[in-house]
Amino acid sequence: MSATPATAGQTVGPFFHLALPYAGDRHLVPEGTPGALTLRGTVYDGAGDPVPDALLELWQADAQGDVVQRPGSLRRDGSTFTGFGRAATGADGHYSFTTLEPAAPFFAVTVFARGLLDRLFTRAYLPGATDDLLARLDPDRRATLRAEPDETGLVFDVHLQGERETVFLTFSRQGGPR
Amino acid sequence: MKGTAGSDQAPSSTVEAVDPAAPSSPGLSTQQEVSAEIEAIAGGYSAGSTRQPRLDYPPYRSSVLRHPTRDLEPTDPEGVELWAPVFGERDVDPSEADLTLGHEGEPIGERMVVTGRVLDGDGRPVRRQLVEIWQANAAGRYRHRLDQHPAPLDPAFTGTGRCLTDDDGGYRFTTIRPGPYPWRNHANAWRPAHIHFSVFGTELTQRLVTQMYFPGDPLIPLDPISQSVLEPEALARLVATYDHDLTQPEWATGYRWDIVLDGTHRTPLESDREG
Repeated sequence: MSATPATAGQTVGPFFHLALPYAGDRHLVPEGTPGALTLRGTVYDGAGDPVPDALLELWQADAQGDVVQRPGSLRRDGSTFTGFGRAATGADGHYSFTTLEPAAPFFAVTVFARGLLDRLFTRAYLPGATDDLLARLDPDRRATLRAEPDETGLVFDVHLQGERETVFLTFSRQGGPR
Repeated sequence: MKGTAGSDQAPSSTVEAVDPAAPSSPGLSTQQEVSAEIEAIAGGYSAGSTRQPRLDYPPYRSSVLRHPTRDLEPTDPEGVELWAPVFGERDVDPSEADLTLGHEGEPIGERMVVTGRVLDGDGRPVRRQLVEIWQANAAGRYRHRLDQHPAPLDPAFTGTGRCLTDDDGGYRFTTIRPGPYPWRNHANAWRPAHIHFSVFGTELTQRLVTQMYFPGDPLIPLDPISQSVLEPEALARLVATYDHDLTQPEWATGYRWDIVLDGTHRTPLESDREG
């Protein structure tokens, strides 16, 4: 099968708030749901400053480890767990999701921002999770993919650049650096 | 002049008033300087090395501190990464595909239809999947608190739309052709007219946010965001085609733009193979 060249990505720019965030976007389950946790963190740039115009998308398995294939993420009914959410960062670069712990090693996280010319993929691993990717990374790099437990759930900071730069992934079938 | 230039600055930053008649803006590069940087990077590009934008692209000033400096880690997608979220009719109302609706009165500007197909890397249509768009109005102004371009807001236009692709991967929006707008990347910087697109495939790995441009726009060669796509054919694919067969008599002009996502990793299901 001959591959058709893919359409190039472009930055979300500064005005994505107009379209992408929506009511209930960051609440994969209603707050107060038994077993709910907060996955939160801050997005930082290469100077260590918070990024106030980033958007994170969360995509995860459910509490049984199943990949949910049900609609309703944009207009949540309060009972269907769809596994998808969005959270724009605030003026302090902070984001948060209310969700359930997946019965899977990681949350898939996609990062968008003004100044970022294409989306970035990463993973927020649950404490204690192990797999091939974690195993082959140096400890310093591995640490950037670990969500750390706190009193309300998990903390996962994203460093777009810098000493603690997050490990970002490419799934390209062609492979190699971009 | 009381006006301020449209800003691509962070919300916390102060946007200084700009006198458009002033010969230069202190601290900002000139278009000539930025164009020279664009040209130098393009000159060092070897064909076929990438069809995606270069993340480390200094002519786009906001990218300097916001691009990863390490190579992306080649990884086989696993678990949820092999699937995409599902959206359905409960998520999207058909009226959301017409950006000229929902307000009192008609928006100002060139009414246009933009339509095309969302395909995966093997040419298969991406069916019943979410497409979201956002854009400036005909005057080049976004309905966003950070857009300070001294051009009028249009009370009859918000500039956001959504639809689900049909069984052929087709999407279709009715909207107003957006205007170009100034930003503060460098002195006298203007973005070419564009519509932002957010698209999902059948796998997370195909997630795409991009911008559609218009044919013949003289601002494209001057624009560091579009020029970050170094492969000329890949940049050309970001430009829609005017299609007179889509143009509707005494109603709207027509543009066609197809979107091709990355290839999939998962073995296609029977339902993916139909047609």
